[in-house]
Amino acid sequence: MAQGTHKEHHVVPLNVFIKVFAALICLTVLTVVTAKLIDFGPLNGLIAFTIATVKGFLVMAYFMHLKYDEKIYKYIIVSSFFFVALLFIFCVLDLSTRIAQQSTL
Amino acid sequence: MSTDNHHHAAHHYDSAEHEYATSKEGVWLFLTSEILMFGGLFVGYLIYHNMYPEVFHEGSKHLDWRLGALNTIVLLTSSLTMVLGVHYSQTNQKNKAVFNLAITILCGFIFMLVKYFEYTHKIHEGLLPGTWYSADKHGIANIGLYFSFYFMMTGLHGIHVVGGMCLILWVLIRAQKGEFNSHYYTPVEGVGLFWHLVDLIWIFLFPLLYLVGG
Repeated sequence: MAQGTHKEHHVVPLNVFIKVFAALICLTVLTVVTAKLIDFGPLNGLIAFTIATVKGFLVMAYFMHLKYDEKIYKYIIVSSFFFVALLFIFCVLDLSTRIAQQSTL
Repeated sequence: MSTDNHHHAAHHYDSAEHEYATSKEGVWLFLTSEILMFGGLFVGYLIYHNMYPEVFHEGSKHLDWRLGALNTIVLLTSSLTMVLGVHYSQTNQKNKAVFNLAITILCGFIFMLVKYFEYTHKIHEGLLPGTWYSADKHGIANIGLYFSFYFMMTGLHGIHVVGGMCLILWVLIRAQKGEFNSHYYTPVEGVGLFWHLVDLIWIFLFPLLYLVGG
């Protein structure tokens, strides 16, 4: 918990937000172009999600001020991604290591 | 009481700064629980997509990516105006803050309007979840599975958009009353964080549902 003595919070210059917004729009156009006009075959999903992750990073770093804020907020939010990843990994491990057998249902 | 703009923190805080940091940490913890909730749906989607690729391939053909892209642009714009609303609250420019918060709500309306047209179209066509699916099945037994995920994920997201709009209206009214300034703008900041999370979830839902369903 921050108990700093400073009174004024960091004010991010407006042009930073405009630039981030422009980048987000460009990435949206890019994701549509790569998904709809060019076929990368099995890489389609990976490309779309890489772009989405970059967009998500921009939103969190600049719009949600994580880049400028106390580190604790960053740790809190990263912990949620960690637990979602854990859920995913264990589900996939379970499904991929099941031994085929006659259904008991 | 003093007549200046200084915010007086509740008595259980050491200072206004302490109150601000604590409130913000609470918002981030809440956002964490939101990510875990949506995370479960995302994991479910990925696993079922892997198990029944033909269901998701056929299902996603019924979605219009142009409407999804339009809504992405609308939400990104609303995130920009939200961040401007926080910025102007922080720099004591009341009218600009209120204007940007109003545009944010307007973007929320446009988003929900597009979703309304999408939903009514799908309901009309019988593209419904699970056993309610009544459109052509293209020989795929459980195609309703795709629409279960579609309606659950976009529906839960839509509820968050409506909730976010109500919260923004609340801070807009308070901003109009002149309650926020460079010393106290915690509610605008907190609502802003929530709105950006709603945007963040849509950033992942858009490619997942509209673009790479096949």
